[in-house]
Amino acid sequence: MKTYTNTGNKDTRSGFGAGLTQLGKTNKNVVALCADLIGSLKMDDFKKNHPERFYQVGIAEANMIGLAAGMTIGGKIPFTGTFANFSTGRVYDQIRQSVAYSDKNVKICASHAGLTLGEDGATHQILEDIGLMKMLPGMTVINPCDYNQTKAATLAIAEHHGPVYLRFGRPKVANFTIENQKFEIGKALHLINGTDVTIVATGHLVWEALEAAKALNEKGISAEVINIHTIKPLDTKAIIDSVTKTKCIVTAEEHNHLGGLGESVSRVLSQHKPTPQEFIATNDTFGESGTPAQLMEKYGLNANAIVNACEKVIKRK
Amino acid sequence: MANTQQLTNLTTQVRRDILRMVHKVNSGHPGGSLGCAEFFVSLYNDIMDRKEDFDMDGIGEDLFFLSNGHISPVYYSVLARSGYFPVEELNTFRLINSRLQGHPTTHEKLPGVRIASGSLGQGMSVALGAAQAKKLNNCKHIVYSLHGDGELQEGQNWEAIMYASGNKVDNIIATIDLNGQQIDGSTDDVLPMGSLRNKFEAFGWVVIDIPEGNNIEAILKGMAEAKEQTGKGKPVCVLLKTVMGNGVDFMMHTHAWHGKAPNDEQLAIGLDQNPETLGDY
Repeated sequence: MKTYTNTGNKDTRSGFGAGLTQLGKTNKNVVALCADLIGSLKMDDFKKNHPERFYQVGIAEANMIGLAAGMTIGGKIPFTGTFANFSTGRVYDQIRQSVAYSDKNVKICASHAGLTLGEDGATHQILEDIGLMKMLPGMTVINPCDYNQTKAATLAIAEHHGPVYLRFGRPKVANFTIENQKFEIGKALHLINGTDVTIVATGHLVWEALEAAKALNEKGISAEVINIHTIKPLDTKAIIDSVTKTKCIVTAEEHNHLGGLGESVSRVLSQHKPTPQEFIATNDTFGESGTPAQLMEKYGLNANAIVNACEKVIKRK
Repeated sequence: MANTQQLTNLTTQVRRDILRMVHKVNSGHPGGSLGCAEFFVSLYNDIMDRKEDFDMDGIGEDLFFLSNGHISPVYYSVLARSGYFPVEELNTFRLINSRLQGHPTTHEKLPGVRIASGSLGQGMSVALGAAQAKKLNNCKHIVYSLHGDGELQEGQNWEAIMYASGNKVDNIIATIDLNGQQIDGSTDDVLPMGSLRNKFEAFGWVVIDIPEGNNIEAILKGMAEAKEQTGKGKPVCVLLKTVMGNGVDFMMHTHAWHGKAPNDEQLAIGLDQNPETLGDY
């Protein structure tokens, strides 16, 4: 079984910051806007290096989205930065009308997604954002898995014309994908080949899926692991091809089971290849305060939970 | 550049367009459209420096953003009669498969429109963003925008208004259509907003009054004054006092025609009061 090495825990938001820093040097049309969270979004370097292309908008997210939409008129590529909650739910109508419906080339970059921002609790966590964003026509939704991939995704979305939601997080998590990787929007990545069960995971749950595959392997179960970094457009072929072989699937995400990756996968499979599926996701609930590890344990979003789900779904074949 | 008589003739024709458009589909917003006819005609035919052909980025020309998108009839009529698309297309207003959606959108690629509007309160931010992009592009042209007075009840405006002065966005002229009416009644009845002049000034804007917002000469004079004020470190606001439903006597001074179309008889009266000047579409 192919194995992956954690080269050292890093936060995905810092991958975004590193990507933005690089874009500042390579693409003069990239501008950045932030709603009073420069440090949290790791936008410090861009601000320092390109003060003329950096816009501090204050605690005013609705205005930030509108400004970004306007800046595309004149050829700019705006990257907005705030927490995932304030990047989506708070400004849904602004994104809907001024960005998505208006076909504007805005990159909505959202940190602190999911439960793993931890102690701040449910007001600052969001488990609905993938659903909100994937429902918008024309919106691309990306949830990379580690530092290196988040950096690569940040670079890639600048080259893609159209609105993008880029979701990442605060905790330091395993960094295991290769440095300077090519990021192809909408292209699923096969991490481990297997024959008994397919695990498709996104974001922080990808590393957990790899850990789960290792544990399953020790039990004699061969799991295939696929990294779905792009939830929309979804790589349906990769999913269908995999379940054609394994005959069952577990989806894993740091998001509500309503509206998340799991439902997107279900829709595809029910149309093209009805397949038993189990969901690693939160169960229609808000989060709460706690350490990231405690929260992931309590809400069933870790490798153990994935192992259990795999064993359960295999029995349903 | 046109003379006042030409602009007046065009305004009369635009009023006919508005009435005929909303009558045909028995829907749309004639009141605010009629109230802003002189402003739109003056803007597109005199005030703005604009290129003949439409391109989205609009570098090297003035831009206009309509925030209160429901007055799409006047916008479409003036865009068509300014050469952005054939006037015959006004026939398709609000019909299935039309580029002339109920509220303006870029989605159907209608030339002249740069942002969707309809859900209120978003246009100020967009206009400011475009103004900032102009500065980055070293484009000296101006961004114009129009907002309803009732629309200022939306909080996003005040985020934008605060941002504009704080960041010295001085290449914008945001005009407020001060007709004192909104769907449920007068703005004073629905939610009194106090002095908009005081509010904008407190937020660091230069404020220009155009008390006769349905008088073309007054509009040209006031907007020239507003333009004089650009480039001086402060955003500029124009308070344009208009009469809702202007030019059709039974539609004037009331919110009743905010979103209601005239019937056949009412259309005939309205058209009678606004004789054809440039030819109906």
